[in-house]
Amino acid sequence: MGWTRGIPARTLTATLFALAAVSRAAVLPDDRADLDWHEWQGGGVTVDGPGVLVRKKVDDSLSLSASYSVDMISSASVDVLSTASPYKEKHTEGTVSADYLHGNTIYTAGFIEGHESDYIAKTGFLSISESMFGDLTTINFGYSRGWDRVGENLHNPGLPTTTDWLGDADHRNWSAGLSQVLTRNLLLGVNFETGESDGYLANPYRSARYVGPDGLVHTEAQAYPGTRTGNAGSAQLKYYLPWHAALDGSYRLYHDTWGILAHTLGLGYTQPVLSDWTLNANVRYYRQNAATFYADLFPYEDSQNFIARDRELAQFNDLTFGFGASWLFHPSWPHWIEKGTLNLTYDRMHIAYGDFHNYAVGGMPMGVPLYAYGADITQIFISFWY
Amino acid sequence: MRVGRVGLSALALPLAVLLLSACTPVQPWVKPYEREHLADPIMSFNANPIQSSYLVHVFEVREGGRGATGSVGGGCGCN
Repeated sequence: MGWTRGIPARTLTATLFALAAVSRAAVLPDDRADLDWHEWQGGGVTVDGPGVLVRKKVDDSLSLSASYSVDMISSASVDVLSTASPYKEKHTEGTVSADYLHGNTIYTAGFIEGHESDYIAKTGFLSISESMFGDLTTINFGYSRGWDRVGENLHNPGLPTTTDWLGDADHRNWSAGLSQVLTRNLLLGVNFETGESDGYLANPYRSARYVGPDGLVHTEAQAYPGTRTGNAGSAQLKYYLPWHAALDGSYRLYHDTWGILAHTLGLGYTQPVLSDWTLNANVRYYRQNAATFYADLFPYEDSQNFIARDRELAQFNDLTFGFGASWLFHPSWPHWIEKGTLNLTYDRMHIAYGDFHNYAVGGMPMGVPLYAYGADITQIFISFWY
Repeated sequence: MRVGRVGLSALALPLAVLLLSACTPVQPWVKPYEREHLADPIMSFNANPIQSSYLVHVFEVREGGRGATGSVGGGCGCN
């Protein structure tokens, strides 16, 4: 079972950030290694585990990268408790990629594979970035293709768990990005991405709710459309402040054919202190309306062609406050390590739903409060440059 | 008719300047020696990929909106 039981449509686990590449125009990324421990606690779900990311140049024109992460999931979320038993699950993900530098152009290719007992995701990606106008402008184009296999674990008392493979989901994404030096203190990043998915896009573990003839809440299977196309555009500014600090702001607009319109706003501040510490604070606000075929409680059984009650398709907003601290050190041994950082980040997220109630199956659909919860997101990681 | 000719003449000069300027290389308005602040690590849009990729993952499995983060990625392998 999935670690969020969210919509099994394409989700992006970023492994390469175009902006990271383009802001260092026509230069391969630094050789570095990161080792992290991450944890999510909220909504009755705990997810934690380690991750590693290693990058190394082979020569002046080729850089290779590999990453691997593990999520151990223990879930007793509101969806699970209302229709099933708490469960444990493991999610793993691995990535390999290569960056090739030729002139002012960086070509990138890679492959990602994610595994759970009931979900397998494979994605290939290509991108090209070009620096121009005296390295003031960098443009980037990318394409990715994903193949997912979606299943449902069946728990039979007294028997081993089996997986019923329900179908495939295919994903195609196109992206374009621009990084622009505006002034000697100001950077602009603009990104656009369009993606389409088709196949089995529903979550087999969730169900819709309707009011039965008896006036009580009953459940029925969800019915999702077989395709989804989404467009997202974002802009990000980063400004160097006179007292050696940085301020950044971002906005993203998202819209898709399921009727979801979403806005994301971000604001961040970075402040070095003393000689070897860097502190960071940020706030992020997100809001979306509901998908056209979403309803918290349908008026009767089979009331429309497409039926969904996934929380990710509901109307909601979330607010996240984050803080980070980074300590720079120069180890005397081993000699090939130039520097390292020890980092701690903590984010507090609060999600409030506008049309999702925690209805008890078999109960009455009145007097139930809207669902909301808070989550703690912690990450500790150590990085080395060599 | 006269007004039209005057209007065209008025447009012709800036248009010619614009077209001719397109043939000359764009001069960097921020010289390389003026980029000290931009090269500071605190000005990186993504200083720690392992951190930002995790946060992107956290948000995108819980929200309907996604993409345009400047990232490349794959299916989460979860449902």
